[in-house]
Amino acid sequence: MTVSDEVRQTTDPGRPPSAPIEGSTVSLERLTRVFGATRALDDLSLTIHPGEFVALLGPSGCGKTTALRVLAGFEYVDAGRVLVNGKDIGRLPAQKRDMGMVFQSYSLFPNMNSRENVAFGLRMRRRRAKDRNRVADEHLELVGLSDQANKYPHQLSGGQQQRVALARALAIEPQVLLLDEPLSALDAKVRAELREQIRAIQQRLSITTIFVTHDQEEALSMADRVCVMRAGKIEQVAAPAVLYAAPSTAFVAEFVGVSSRVPAERRGAEAVVLGQTFPIRPNTTPPTGDRVDALLRPEDFELSVDPDGQGTVVHRSFLGSTVRLEVLLGDLTLKVDVRSDHAADIDLSTRVDVRLRASDILLVNPVGDAESQVQPAS
Amino acid sequence: MASLVAPIGTEEVEGVAEEMPIASAKRRRRPRFFRGFVLLVAAVYFLLPLFAGLKYTFEDANGDFSFSTVRSIASQPYLGSALWLTVRLAVLAMVVTMALMIPTTVYVHLKLPKMRRVMDLVTLLPIVFPPIVLVLGVLKTYPLALRNSPYLLSLLYVILAMPFVYRSLDAGLGAIDLKTLVEASKSLGGRWISTLLRVILPNLTTALISAVVLTIALVFAEFTLAYLTQWQTISVWIVQFNGTDGHITVAVSMLLLLGTWILLSAIVVVDLIRSRQKLKRRTTAS
Repeated sequence: MTVSDEVRQTTDPGRPPSAPIEGSTVSLERLTRVFGATRALDDLSLTIHPGEFVALLGPSGCGKTTALRVLAGFEYVDAGRVLVNGKDIGRLPAQKRDMGMVFQSYSLFPNMNSRENVAFGLRMRRRRAKDRNRVADEHLELVGLSDQANKYPHQLSGGQQQRVALARALAIEPQVLLLDEPLSALDAKVRAELREQIRAIQQRLSITTIFVTHDQEEALSMADRVCVMRAGKIEQVAAPAVLYAAPSTAFVAEFVGVSSRVPAERRGAEAVVLGQTFPIRPNTTPPTGDRVDALLRPEDFELSVDPDGQGTVVHRSFLGSTVRLEVLLGDLTLKVDVRSDHAADIDLSTRVDVRLRASDILLVNPVGDAESQVQPAS
Repeated sequence: MASLVAPIGTEEVEGVAEEMPIASAKRRRRPRFFRGFVLLVAAVYFLLPLFAGLKYTFEDANGDFSFSTVRSIASQPYLGSALWLTVRLAVLAMVVTMALMIPTTVYVHLKLPKMRRVMDLVTLLPIVFPPIVLVLGVLKTYPLALRNSPYLLSLLYVILAMPFVYRSLDAGLGAIDLKTLVEASKSLGGRWISTLLRVILPNLTTALISAVVLTIALVFAEFTLAYLTQWQTISVWIVQFNGTDGHITVAVSMLLLLGTWILLSAIVVVDLIRSRQKLKRRTTAS
């Protein structure tokens, strides 16, 4: 009996689309996938809990899409296992895995209208026409597109197409929902709206969801946990707030959010940065050696206008509620966030005084050193 | 700000602006005349033989306008059997060609995209090699039962149709996001055959119609292979009957040409209507 057979047997045909789907546990165990000289997945292991929303975040070529495609059954692995609810699905073809997938490019079938697209998966499961049309209409209502049921993909906007694709993926009551950068082709406003809608639906259904993105804002705002990847390996898996506030590696600190790299001196369990002394961030293993770098967030700084100050404002970006300033301090450039109402009198060339107000400091190897990163404490 | 920007180069721009319409109009007129001339020459080159054929079809023995030739087509000996044989060969050739070429082209697009250049070359071979080489090879190597069957011709027509059918399907598949559509279908539980029939083929309608029409047109026009294998297809009948009555054979040729032309025009018109509807729907949607 395949996993899909089991799911079909336990699926309640009368289940309304807004009722929670019992989430599945997904385990990726020591996955390795090699393309020529590139290790797209390098001994990658990750467990996703039932109903959890996990974002795979990383730069292009880090292996996040490969991991998703392995789970979907579109890519095989050279080593490792893919388990769903404890069952190895590595040998199951994609069509038997019960994975709902929303693709990066528009993937609606052009020859079918929205209702037919959503009903396609049910048709493949030999559900009766009346039944599948009812389910399709319910799922179109779930994504707010009841009035677009008879429209063809070319008559829909990009955002509407992706919502139909989401309804189509959910209509089959998948064990896992896979989202492969579904928002990347949309404009900023639609993107933000759809982001909220996807998250709301996922929470309502409690469906285990894996979301691939290279956009940190998307990952941090939507996911329960974010898995930052680099060169086929996981750098850190943590809740968004933890990832931002306590990155365990230099790569995570620099990839997620904005950081300034400042030379520091290590003195035992403390470090001296810009003349101030702070404790070293707990749960990280700082680099050996006294000469190190500290990674500082824009909000770690306190800035005041001072005609005798040692810093000079060289760049100013308005970000809405805050203004991001670049302050030249000797040969260092620091990124500092200031509340917009406090930044009115700060212009380019304004002399400023910069102080640190962080509770602890993340130390990394200086630029040029091997790996230039810290390891999570064991 | 506008007052700062506007004066820069204003005089020069105005001066150029006055001269430009005359110069550009002259430049525009020249290509228009050239285009018209080329079109006229092409039209004369292609349409003159057609006009001569039509004129000959609607002439009687005295050179007067008459429908007598067209009316007598149906009663010509062996024309019916030749036409029926050609239709059967065309249908078989079409079915075999599609059964071979659709999965092959889809597979190449999906799994072996780097092979497309090789396929481009391979599918050109039937055009490069003369039909006489093909038929002699086949007659030497194929089993006797097949050599004695007219359907051997259909298999040969499959080879001849390959370059046209491959290119038509290749263009059709290139116009859709095949990989994503196939993966979407598979993720929803679609098996290969369902994916092919319900997702891929409905999005290749124009390419498929083109491929079918090209195959049929090729079978109806092919003479060398049929003549050398000694089967009387419509083209062989036309050549053989030409000695008896030239008016009839020209009339039959013109009718066949008209049939093919109507089919091709239908494809173009259907395609045009579909793309206009798409454009209209898009405009309405936006």
